[in-house]
Amino acid sequence: MSLPSKNWRLRNQRYRLVGEICEKCGTPIFPPRDVCPECEAPAQTSYVFSGRGEVYSYSTIYHPPAGFEKYAPYTVALVRLEEGPMVTAQLTDVGPEGVYIGMPVEMVTRQMQTDGDEGVIAYGYKFRPRMG
Amino acid sequence: MLVREVAVIGIGQTRVGEHWEKDLRHLALEALQAAMRDVGVERVDALYVGNMLSGELTGQEHIGALVADFAGLRGVEAVKVEAACGSGAAALRLGYVAVAGGLADVVLVVGVEKMTDATGPEATAALAMAADADHEVAHGLTFVALNALLMRRYMYEYGYKKKDFAPFTINAHANGMNNPYAMFHMKVTPEAYARARMIADPINLLDSSPVADGAAAVVLAPADWVRGSGKPVIRIAASAVATDAVALHDRRDPLVLEGAALSAWRAYQQAGIGPEEVDLFELHDAFSIMAALSLEAAGFARRGEGVRLALDGEITLQGRIPIATMGGLKARGHPVGATGVYQVVEVVQQLRGEAGANQVANARVGMAQNIGGSGATVITHILVREA
Repeated sequence: MSLPSKNWRLRNQRYRLVGEICEKCGTPIFPPRDVCPECEAPAQTSYVFSGRGEVYSYSTIYHPPAGFEKYAPYTVALVRLEEGPMVTAQLTDVGPEGVYIGMPVEMVTRQMQTDGDEGVIAYGYKFRPRMG
Repeated sequence: MLVREVAVIGIGQTRVGEHWEKDLRHLALEALQAAMRDVGVERVDALYVGNMLSGELTGQEHIGALVADFAGLRGVEAVKVEAACGSGAAALRLGYVAVAGGLADVVLVVGVEKMTDATGPEATAALAMAADADHEVAHGLTFVALNALLMRRYMYEYGYKKKDFAPFTINAHANGMNNPYAMFHMKVTPEAYARARMIADPINLLDSSPVADGAAAVVLAPADWVRGSGKPVIRIAASAVATDAVALHDRRDPLVLEGAALSAWRAYQQAGIGPEEVDLFELHDAFSIMAALSLEAAGFARRGEGVRLALDGEITLQGRIPIATMGGLKARGHPVGATGVYQVVEVVQQLRGEAGANQVANARVGMAQNIGGSGATVITHILVREA
């Protein structure tokens, strides 16, 4: 379900990979969660991630959930960002055969889901193979 | 802390499958009546209903009161308990707390799920609600895909081949053959496993548990009430819940189910035993990879050796630690919110010596572990047959 209010609320993390950093222990946090998972200190200072990372694991989905039927098959991944946190996202600009664990990738902003022909289009991060 | 010892005094279950003719309330009724008949009680002090998706898939919430009224128990304390696929054991946990704490004497716990009124994509989307909606599901992740990410990484880190996971499926289906309540009565060969249709690479159809309808129920009471009755006393020696991050990407190490390890460790502490004393383990084999990770988390295999344990034949009825003894989630079926109660019903069958052709010899200590999501809520129960 792609709710306009939710897309708006998540705009900074979805469009620019804005997370947080713990001022106490220095841990970069994504997605933002307001409490440091390492030291439990409050962590609400914004931190912009570079968008560079590598593939930790991946899978190609042949049986999509309702709302994603027209995109299948598509490839999803856990991406380890170079700053440390892991993020779940789709891969783009690469077929399933071209993906491997450890593959360098970078964040791009793409269409995530459309709500019918006249509904809201949700945009967000995907990752593509990194050149150089 | 004042705690009374609690026994499971009655069990009941419906066949797992596609029950076109029965809705949620009828399924729950069938299981709870069977459990009450099993022990011969007509009134209970409380009813806990484990269920995940009644609202999403059948348009009905508020099923604590609904089931109580439908079962002729109008007036009784009754609530629904939800913890994704761990809802059934979470309901049992609350029933245990009520009896152990002395706030109720006879408690009925029923796990129920009605899934087959929905289409495949609807059920897939509904199950994904156990994951992080904003950071996993919004990106098109399914529940199968999350497990596929784990399985691929597991194969990469430990050097296993896809076919190495086949023993989990073969064992579950071999055991399901002899369980009249199981959804599937179908032997699986290594060749069939290798040919099975891909769902989310590398997870195929035979790695996955099926969408199904079903209900299971247990009746709890103070153990003192049933001692000396002549019947075997099946005591709940441990009941433990632990949590972990809901999203896989938020785990310290996705290949370690920290919630499952913590839940199992707490259960071992309560029961005063270790994994070597467990005679059978009803684990949460929603996918083959979950069976491997559960064996490791609960201390039956070292890290990366859960699959090795299966390859060595140690998970069969004659092995060192029999799992999925009545078919597990794969062959008995996985009506999600009911599964945790089915697991405990099956442990009780084993400990009573009522498991028929699947009886684990001299079973005295049985463990059941029910997992919500990809490992975020984990409920472990250890049951012991008193001599």
